[in-house]
Amino acid sequence: MAYDPLLAEIRFGFGLSPLAPPPSGAAELLEGIHRPDVVEHLAPIPPFSEAVTLFHDLRDLRRADREARGTSREEAVAARLQATSQEAVKLRRRNLGAAYIRASETRSGFRERLVAFWADHFTVRAKSFLFQHLVAPYVEEAIRPRIAMPYARLLKEAVLHPMMLAYLDQTPSIGPNSRAAEEGGGGGLNENLARELLELHTIGAGGPYSQMDVRELAELLTGVVWYQDEPGRSYRPRRAEPGAEVVLGRTFSSEAELRTVMEALEFLAAHPATARHVSAKLARSFVAEVPPADLVDAMASTWEETGGDLAAVYAAMLAHPAAWGPERTRIKPPFDFIASSLRALAIGRTEITPLPEYRVWSKLGVPLRGMGQPWESPVGPDGWPEAAAAWVTPQFYAARISWAMRTPAGLTELPDPRAFAITALGPLASPELRFAALAAETRGEGIGVILASPDFQRR
Amino acid sequence: MDRRTFLRSSLALGCSAAASPLATPMAFAEVPGDRRLVVILLRGAMDGLDVIRPVASPEWRAARPSLAADAGAGADLGGGFALHPALGALAPLWQAGQMGAVHAVSTPYRDKRSHFDGQDMLEAGLGSLEEGLRDGWLNRLVGQIPGARADLAYAIGRERMLILDGAAPHASWSPEVSLLLTPQGQRLLEQLCERDPLFGAALEEAMAVAGSLPEAELAGRADHERLADFAAERLTGAARIASFSLNGWDTHARQDVALKSALSRLAETVLALRGGLGPAWERTAVVCLTEFGRTFRENGTGGTDHGTGGAALLFGGAIRGGRVISDWPGLGEGDLYAGRDLLPTRDVRAHLGWMLSGLFGLSRTALEQVVFPGLDLGADPGLLA
Repeated sequence: MAYDPLLAEIRFGFGLSPLAPPPSGAAELLEGIHRPDVVEHLAPIPPFSEAVTLFHDLRDLRRADREARGTSREEAVAARLQATSQEAVKLRRRNLGAAYIRASETRSGFRERLVAFWADHFTVRAKSFLFQHLVAPYVEEAIRPRIAMPYARLLKEAVLHPMMLAYLDQTPSIGPNSRAAEEGGGGGLNENLARELLELHTIGAGGPYSQMDVRELAELLTGVVWYQDEPGRSYRPRRAEPGAEVVLGRTFSSEAELRTVMEALEFLAAHPATARHVSAKLARSFVAEVPPADLVDAMASTWEETGGDLAAVYAAMLAHPAAWGPERTRIKPPFDFIASSLRALAIGRTEITPLPEYRVWSKLGVPLRGMGQPWESPVGPDGWPEAAAAWVTPQFYAARISWAMRTPAGLTELPDPRAFAITALGPLASPELRFAALAAETRGEGIGVILASPDFQRR
Repeated sequence: MDRRTFLRSSLALGCSAAASPLATPMAFAEVPGDRRLVVILLRGAMDGLDVIRPVASPEWRAARPSLAADAGAGADLGGGFALHPALGALAPLWQAGQMGAVHAVSTPYRDKRSHFDGQDMLEAGLGSLEEGLRDGWLNRLVGQIPGARADLAYAIGRERMLILDGAAPHASWSPEVSLLLTPQGQRLLEQLCERDPLFGAALEEAMAVAGSLPEAELAGRADHERLADFAAERLTGAARIASFSLNGWDTHARQDVALKSALSRLAETVLALRGGLGPAWERTAVVCLTEFGRTFRENGTGGTDHGTGGAALLFGGAIRGGRVISDWPGLGEGDLYAGRDLLPTRDVRAHLGWMLSGLFGLSRTALEQVVFPGLDLGADPGLLA
């Protein structure tokens, strides 16, 4: 099996679009991941460094609101808090709209899919309402620019990002024998970030590490903090556990400085177990629920040879015949299902940008919850489930069907279902699907049946 | 096999089982036992001190001048407690021993008083959140029931129900889901799914469940009643466990109004369950849990803020009600938790554990090591009839 432009869009992107031709070959597919598509500028998502000002405003206003209770300023402060909270909610909803527009209009669907893959690999969740608008900006700042770089650079940026430090409780963690502990600052070691770093981000659960490695890595990470009134993370040597830590057999410097943390992350990024764990996850996510062993071998050895150069690892994946096998075992997760529906229907900036934020939410956000993938809210740091069966339950599938039947008609003028079957699936449209498009009683139901069909759900 | 891979692969199994009970019903064991459990999550933190009111306490009256104003209006529950008047419709259940309360309890969650974390703790059933969230305690319960098939346990509604998430088979449905298909559309989609067993089974089950409650019965029913109707409908079939949430308990301001409306919905929900379950009500235990209690003193806006200890409510013919079960800590200045909240005197998971032991025959070891790992069950509070 060799490169197939249809599968390039369907399996490695957000599906076929009537407006953008598929990449002509694997070289063009790979080329597209290195730089932003124009739609990323047209549908912007602010980076964390910008969006965090709204977080700080909210914090200040909450404090002011508490202090103003019972004074003459009470109402004015409460009104400002309310308005700023609204602004944060609207920003989050605009971020969702932008994510859909990008997926719908991009000429490099593979780039958008990779951003989503790594955002899931480095899952963060909002710790409270104050953080709710910051997840997409974290992805924009930490993940998106590094999807084609050596893995170490992506890992360092994501794991040490303020959102990750907040989500996995790194900031309160202090070395038990650190100066901060001796001065009685309270608190102690928190292993949360270290554990997920080994279990999820690098070596992988079941990999060659022990509880001792988790503990040592947690001690090594002490000193890294994000104090929430500061713009970004910092390193505080007085919180760091003194002494040299040993992680996976490697002894790291006893110097309490950020460089030691960076060295440990670089070491973990290049570890053979990391190469295998992350390659297998990529292969499962893009190629097949159970990928062939030699595909994972090829990716993992490329990883080791290139020191984790992600672009080379993707190239190894795309060079393998399994990448172009005809059997489509992966199911589009709910976001990808909606995004690819929009893309096939050519619903993009023109349709989504004018919608008020609450409409974006009710049409494109709330349905995600019904389908089992509430936007930016997976249960834990391991992100969304991979198994096809996790998404195709009666309840979740029913939610996909009812979205497909109702929502597209409210967003655009629907095309003729017979033509749409070809737009959406090209030669992959089965005779049964083309018959259904013809036999549906109404245009809306014809489009709905095509979108809800297993042919369209699989990739 | 590591924990996560295990979870994933069993999840796949669970969901395909969820999708295919119609296909191979005989491949599974018969439903274990006849007892039923409904867990209602009261999201937002119900004020236990206002629902099961310690009216005999002068401190309580003093700390809640506006909220305690109608203290004489609720049914007397004995032991110095009275029921919130908005639950008046349920007072006969209390008299009949089919309603009870557990008071001054909480999960092990302390101090930070965040709804998110508090609900995660409640649903995960763990002693702390440091190990991360993997699954919910109802799911681990299902995992302990031999031969459990996917339609044994239902998560109902649109909310994420971590409580039933996890490796063990379970089903979920939201009663307002409608496929929006005409008969013609349905036939076409069935044809398209015919050659795809995964989608075919999901579609078949979705159409069966969506059609199980006649439209006419749903008409005029409020959302919370539909949740209860659907739960009852499932529980009179193959299901023995159901869970759903009721929101609206975060009463920071004008609690007299807000709590009244939340409690009225709760009362209607319980009565809908009883009506829908019919004779099965006699073998049902309903437990209403909330993430934490609220402050002892009322605040400046006629409400209460996030607190610690609170109450759990019990209903059903399977419980031994008519009592407030509590190791009551008192409400004096020195009795409060952190000087502000009702002191929890027992981990509510111990009460749940004893209930599960009685309803489903779980061993102490299974309860203390699997369902609620690290919990000390302690003595049996005797919650079941």
